[in-house]
Amino acid sequence: MSDSPDVINYTKKELPSNFVKFGYAAFVAGLVLVILSLFVDNVRSAFSGVMLLMFVASIGVGSLFWIVAEYLSGAVWSTPFRRVAEFLGAVLFVLPVIALPAYFNMHDIFHWTHQEVVKSDHYLSAKAPYLNVPFFTIRSIVFIGIWVLFYYLITKNSRLQDSTKDQNLTRKNIKLSAVFVPLFALSITFFAIDWLMSLEPHWFSTIFGVYYFAGTVLAAMAAITYIVVTLSEKGYFFEGVKADHYYSFGALLFGFVNFWAYIAFSQFLLIWYANLPEETIWYLQRWEGYWMYFSIALIFIHFIIPYFGLLAQPSKMSPKRLKFMSLWILFAHFFDIMWMTMPTYQEFGYIPGWIELGYALFAIGLILVVFNWKASKENLVPVGDPKLKRGINFRL
Amino acid sequence: MSDKILYSLTGLFDTPDEIIAAAEKVQSEGYTKYDVNTPYPVHGMDSAMKLPMSRLPYVAMVVGITGMFLALFFMWWTNSVDYPLVIGGKPYFAFPAYVPIMFEVTVLSASIATVVTMIAIVFKFPNNSHPLMDTEYMKNVSVDKYGISIAADDPKFDFDKVKSLLESLGAKNITPIYYKEEDLNFKPKTFEPKFVIAMIVLFAAVSAVTYITLNKLMYLPPFDWMMEQSKVIAQERSDVFEDGRGMRTPVEGTVARGFLPYKFKNNPEAAGKYLVNPLAATEENLSLGEKKFDIYCSPCHGYLAEGDSRLKGQFPSPPSLHSKKVRNWSDGRIYHVITEGQNAMPSYAYQLSRKERWAVVLYIRALQRSLNAKESDLQ
Ligand code: HEC
Repeated sequence: MSDSPDVINYTKKELPSNFVKFGYAAFVAGLVLVILSLFVDNVRSAFSGVMLLMFVASIGVGSLFWIVAEYLSGAVWSTPFRRVAEFLGAVLFVLPVIALPAYFNMHDIFHWTHQEVVKSDHYLSAKAPYLNVPFFTIRSIVFIGIWVLFYYLITKNSRLQDSTKDQNLTRKNIKLSAVFVPLFALSITFFAIDWLMSLEPHWFSTIFGVYYFAGTVLAAMAAITYIVVTLSEKGYFFEGVKADHYYSFGALLFGFVNFWAYIAFSQFLLIWYANLPEETIWYLQRWEGYWMYFSIALIFIHFIIPYFGLLAQPSKMSPKRLKFMSLWILFAHFFDIMWMTMPTYQEFGYIPGWIELGYALFAIGLILVVFNWKASKENLVPVGDPKLKRGINFRL
Repeated sequence: MSDKILYSLTGLFDTPDEIIAAAEKVQSEGYTKYDVNTPYPVHGMDSAMKLPMSRLPYVAMVVGITGMFLALFFMWWTNSVDYPLVIGGKPYFAFPAYVPIMFEVTVLSASIATVVTMIAIVFKFPNNSHPLMDTEYMKNVSVDKYGISIAADDPKFDFDKVKSLLESLGAKNITPIYYKEEDLNFKPKTFEPKFVIAMIVLFAAVSAVTYITLNKLMYLPPFDWMMEQSKVIAQERSDVFEDGRGMRTPVEGTVARGFLPYKFKNNPEAAGKYLVNPLAATEENLSLGEKKFDIYCSPCHGYLAEGDSRLKGQFPSPPSLHSKKVRNWSDGRIYHVITEGQNAMPSYAYQLSRKERWAVVLYIRALQRSLNAKESDLQ
């Protein structure tokens, strides 16, 4: 349309101050609670540490996935907002640090780290060549290393493009993305197996990696959507950014809400059908005591509410609805991770307390602080990207 | 102009942005009867034309949800009420297994309902003509142009004004469209014989094809893989055995686990002497006995065991079981008759389990007591 800019005038702005302030406040408050909890109840704290790691990894590697998806699919509509995903993805750098509380308390979290138990247990000793501390450590380092490496390479090219406007950089990134995708598929699968599935080392589900992936990309998309809509309302993006872009975010959120439900149900249905004790145990645990209410709540929180919240076409375009639903989905993902992690810590249900709250605050704060750190150094819009203008003018 | 009747004035545009701008302009000028034709759904057109939300989604939702519950009801009724079958060790009402089917039926019914509603209501089936059909305009907008058509019966329509409006918007190929002969004379004839016959023929053809496929074709080679398996199934002939029977009886002398063979073969007296009824005359046992007696014995012996056969002389009527002789028999002696039969009466050992036979004996005792009560029964 006529009011779209032909020449892109972008002036860098500071992020809104309350956004930044909230980030720091949450970060500091969370950090205090986290450190305190390590002294008060280090086992519970360590389990929460697993949740923290998995949640932040979701946002980080999920954002990287969306960057890669844009390059590979040749999407233009998302180009004006790619930096949001790039800033969020920067949390990948801190993953090794936040893995520490859980890693150093491994003995309290992972049953399979106990030598004597493994020896007397047929299944665990059969799994020992995979599930042992040195190999686990190596794998974690390799997976996070792969993510950090590709994040670094891809965003470096993207940043370089701001000044050089070199179109070849886009082509390079497409190639990097193509290499990354199979590595991503494998790494996220095994990462989920290592850190979540091995909490219950006897149990296995062949679809588990996909299940975690579904939550990951959904949560990352929700984080991106929330920040894009908030900043766009405050005029951080261009004039032309309106309903069509919003609709695309809404449609992706809606689509992946369904994808998650599809995968979650598939995992359940197959295990329910086969009815093998070594598989059903995981669901039975989550049906015991008031874990049952958590399980039922998960269906509503993660599927039914966002499904109806985003079903109608107007709700996929309304900024208010999008902001609410994306925060909701982020909460749902955290809840999902809690549902996967905590039954190992406490059977028959538990009540989330200040420790979990502290870790959640810390996660939010950390993500915002990292985002702000990136945003203060780099352009919020990839001004040198050849697809940018088409992206702003994008119409469905 | 000719004596033809004008339907509308049309114009073509090259880009989606132009057509949206045009639609907005035409809308703001106050025209109501106009339409836009594009090769694909142009987003933002609804709001440019200020169209109210379509009601079709409601049809899809209502029918979809109805379909979902119908599917659930159907599976619940067949699997857990009308013909309960244990499948894979699951409960009769195995909800998770129904979910995929409910989902499929929801999608299927919603999409069929949407299409049918559109054809029947929006396109006014069986109407299949429209003045815009078979025009250059329609050919263009179904390839790479974006067209707008302002109808002549719009209250604001004025040929020259509309023409200059379209020109000012930059439309190309501004052409008037006239009604064609058949458009004018068209009356929707749903019950026209030709149409009705066509529907009947179609119905018959679909039914016949379905019938033949499901009932005949599937039993012809090579579609009968499932039907024709090389294993021998019950009642089937088998050339492996000399006598040609597929079903085999156990080798002589075979003893089933937990079952000792009947010891008193051809020895009713010993049976009467040594066999003792293991069952107590509880309500449960008596009602089992009643059930089995009514099924297996009453056709010949009558419901009250008085020998009043319902077989109308096709079989010799048995004597009454209320005779002194039978009354004085021990339980074991009656049990023996059921197990081995007696003269014209066949054995019931295959139809009745041991427990059931004893239960029947109990029931016969009760029947006998009803006609020849003991002193103690009357107190
Ligand atoms: C096909 C018809 C038929 C059926 C069914 C039948 N009976 Fe008989 N039953 C007879 C006939 C005929 C006799 C007489 C046999 C004879 O001549 O000794 C008889 C005799 C008897 C006798 C011995 C009576 C006597 O005075 O010698 C008893 C006891 C008896 N039946 C019990 C039963 C019981 C219990 C059943 C059900 C399990 C049963 N019958 C089913 C036809 C039948």
